[in-house]
Amino acid sequence: MKVLVPVKRVVDYNVKVRVKADQTGVETANVKMSMNPFDEIAVEEAMRLKEAGVATEVVVVSCGVAACQETLRTGLAIGADRAILVETDVDLQPLAVAKLLAAVARKEGPSLMILGKQAIDDDSNQTGQMVAALLGWPQATFASKVVIADGKATVTREVDGGLETVRINLPAVVTTDLRLNEPRYVTLPNIMKAKKKPLENVKPADLGVDVAPRLKTLKVTEPPKRSAGIKVPDVATLVAKLKNEAKVI
Amino acid sequence: MTALVIAEHDNATLKGATLNAVTAAAQCGGEVHVLVAGSNCGAAAQAAAQVAGVAKVLVADAPHLADALAENVAAQVVALAGAYSHILAPATPNGKNILPRVAAALDAQQISEIVAVESPDTFVRPIYAGNALATVQSADAKKVITVRTTGFDGAAASGGAAAVESVAAVADAGISAFVSREVAKSERPELGAAKVIVSGGRGMGSGENFKILEPLADKLGAAMGASRAAVDAGFVPNDWQVGQTGKIVAPQLYIAVGISGAIQHLAGMKDSKVIVAINKDAEAPIFSVADYGIVGDLFTIVPELVKELG
Repeated sequence: MKVLVPVKRVVDYNVKVRVKADQTGVETANVKMSMNPFDEIAVEEAMRLKEAGVATEVVVVSCGVAACQETLRTGLAIGADRAILVETDVDLQPLAVAKLLAAVARKEGPSLMILGKQAIDDDSNQTGQMVAALLGWPQATFASKVVIADGKATVTREVDGGLETVRINLPAVVTTDLRLNEPRYVTLPNIMKAKKKPLENVKPADLGVDVAPRLKTLKVTEPPKRSAGIKVPDVATLVAKLKNEAKVI
Repeated sequence: MTALVIAEHDNATLKGATLNAVTAAAQCGGEVHVLVAGSNCGAAAQAAAQVAGVAKVLVADAPHLADALAENVAAQVVALAGAYSHILAPATPNGKNILPRVAAALDAQQISEIVAVESPDTFVRPIYAGNALATVQSADAKKVITVRTTGFDGAAASGGAAAVESVAAVADAGISAFVSREVAKSERPELGAAKVIVSGGRGMGSGENFKILEPLADKLGAAMGASRAAVDAGFVPNDWQVGQTGKIVAPQLYIAVGISGAIQHLAGMKDSKVIVAINKDAEAPIFSVADYGIVGDLFTIVPELVKELG
């Protein structure tokens, strides 16, 4: 079966983001960009399915600017077979991405789409669920275990207070949570190999999708800063402060 | 203009997160209705009818709605969406699972995890793990919104007297099935709803050592949490994790024990009213957000603290 893995190019998780002075967004010029960590877990899971003989082909797909090619090359270096870039300079919002991915899925006909539960830039946590809705597929979000057998996926999900298991028909969408797996390191030989793997370039118009943004960002600001308090010398002082000053106990 | 809130419930009781979503819905400017979709969920519906500010409770009761499968619940919401200008759910794992499906079906760009309502079409939401706040305006006919519960006070659970109305349940989509649930049973309050939280980090050293936090949590009626480092080290279960990739909490009192204060942890707890840090490293970043810090060995300080609390 074919597995489609959408990946997003985001500001690297180690970068301390800075809000632009003109409040139009956060600084992304000259900032290290990487694959969204949750998507990396998705590529890893797809590779494990392939190595286990369950998946036959892994296709990574990214939507966005030309530089998303780098993110796709990372996916290819992890082991994906080929890549698709849906290229546009428009600022894509989750609904637009979901429509593009649904269009790609209709063309490619995968049995499984697996992607990160959220991207660490806009923290929306929407795309996977939206694609599933647009395709009329079932979904299993926040997966910590995925088992594929007999045309169904049995997925353990991280929910409030513990774990929940659902069984969904294929084709389906699965979104990854942190503890699904630990992605492998990409080796130099695989980076070299990845450069020769096929990367197809399409435009939103080729897919017949209108990607115009629906949400207008009026401003982006810094959150109120929390100032450091005081260090207390002993436990008795702490308890006195909590009782009399903070009045929380 | 009327808002529909998707209730979070277990059929028997209404979960507290629903109350925060009701407050956000009321701020959108119109009447507030609540949908309870479940199976034998009459008790939860009655609880929803008591919530202050709720004008009407819709109940969709069917066996295939019992376990909040996204495919079925989303279809139920979409079937009722026509009458509403705003559709909201708490940004819990359940709300996050269901609502984007609703938004896509309605061709609306969802607004996730709002922390403030500026006007009926303009909302504030954190991005980059809370390191920036975006004010966004929606051009969609229907606003589909998840609500960060720590951003809004909960509506009063009693004092309301809403009409309860049954609605026709949608058919089972038949593409997904609930298998099982393993929920840890605990006498302690839920992390998301607790007034006091005692959290341990990598400094605890082992899962066994977390036991020394229990008397402290007992004394304070606190929920217990942990940093990602402690969870990744296997000290405690995943659902204890407070942080960007775990739960976002804002209790009255947050006690961080042996937690250094990685950005990803701070993103999950920095809105707490009062933060106490106990750490042997005086330079630990946690002290930069703590109201009260004690530098020292947690294995001495925590038992002392329990004793001092009487």
